[in-house]
Amino acid sequence: MFVSAVPGPGFVPPSTNDFNLPPVFGNSAFTTKPILLVFLSVILISIFFIAAARKAAIVPGKLQFVGESVYAFVRKDLAEEIIGHGFLQFVPFLFTLFTFVLVNNIFGIIPFLQFPAMSHVAFPYVLAGFSYFIFHTIGIKKQGLGKYLKGIAFLPGVPKFAYILLTPIEIATYFLIRPVTLSLRLFANMFAGHLLLLVFIGGGNYMLHDNHLFMKILSPFSFGFGIAMTFFEFMVQCLQAYIITLLSALFIAGALVDEH
Amino acid sequence: MHSRFVAEAAQSPLLPKPAELIVGAIAFGLLFLVLRKFVTPMFEKAFAARTEAIQGGIEKAERAQLEAARALESYTAQLADARGEAAKIREEARVQGAAIIEDLRAQAQEEAARISAAAHSSIEAEREKAISSLRAEVGTLAVDLASKIVGEALEDQVRQSRIVDRFLEDLEKSK
Repeated sequence: MFVSAVPGPGFVPPSTNDFNLPPVFGNSAFTTKPILLVFLSVILISIFFIAAARKAAIVPGKLQFVGESVYAFVRKDLAEEIIGHGFLQFVPFLFTLFTFVLVNNIFGIIPFLQFPAMSHVAFPYVLAGFSYFIFHTIGIKKQGLGKYLKGIAFLPGVPKFAYILLTPIEIATYFLIRPVTLSLRLFANMFAGHLLLLVFIGGGNYMLHDNHLFMKILSPFSFGFGIAMTFFEFMVQCLQAYIITLLSALFIAGALVDEH
Repeated sequence: MHSRFVAEAAQSPLLPKPAELIVGAIAFGLLFLVLRKFVTPMFEKAFAARTEAIQGGIEKAERAQLEAARALESYTAQLADARGEAAKIREEARVQGAAIIEDLRAQAQEEAARISAAAHSSIEAEREKAISSLRAEVGTLAVDLASKIVGEALEDQVRQSRIVDRFLEDLEKSK
């Protein structure tokens, strides 16, 4: 790349430091940009969906139609298709998860906000924690603690000697790997996506202000790629919101059936 | 502030910040409560109402269709009835017409027979009358002639012829 070919003394490549933003106001750990964005998302989602659902009309207006479409997507394509019987009680959780992640992700490409809160690993941890807590609770409630743990540790219909291998794997899957896959997938995607945008936009900015005319001329390519990546990011953001909800629904479904 | 910023920079991106854990949990929990209380029941209500409305509409349409089918059936039946009726009436009229013609023909024949019979009988009576009157006339004539012949005692030819002439003359006159 030109950036590395011409070692400009001024260019600092984006790093993890760029994710540690100072407080927006005051000097509190609670007034940083991601935290304010998370609260903003809660307010926006609440207002939007309350407004959309308020009338609960048989023939929906535009607003209700949009809100309903999102809700129906989570309800039907995620909850009903995956969990099946008794899915309705999990719809509020899955719906909250989906909208919360989606809006916070999309904040990453909205001008002036431009920061995905999920690139701060604490938020995905919290979400995965809720999901983890819920599917284990359901499993224990449905099958009883002993039977649930036994079902996880000793897969039925497997020859006895295979338990030497399978039992540790299964236990690790349920208690370690699942929450990690839930949280880290979301985190890493948002983190990497934001970094990518920083690289291209920052690089373009650096090139534009370089002394060489050649670099100035080439800077639009970097900006252009940054814009293209922004669209790509939008896709990834929606996809990741879908995936974390999908996986949570799958885990809940797995805890509900007696034999998995 | 700057020193804190630098200190934070050293932190691994995989280590969560406590403040964000707290805020994340509160924010998510809050959003969950709000959506569960104000949003999802309303959407479910709308869905249920819609399903009901659609089902009601379908039922109504089915009912209407059934009614229409029944009406059509009754109209068809009525039409068929009317056709049958018309055919029956036509048939009856035909039969009646034929009967009337037959009747008239019979009447005419009867009339003709009657007329010809009457004519026959009147002719017969006439003939009978003529015969009987002729017979009476001939008898009278024969008696007259005989008595004249007997009474005058015919002697000669002249007398005879005179008597016959007179008889014929009388006969002419009496006519």
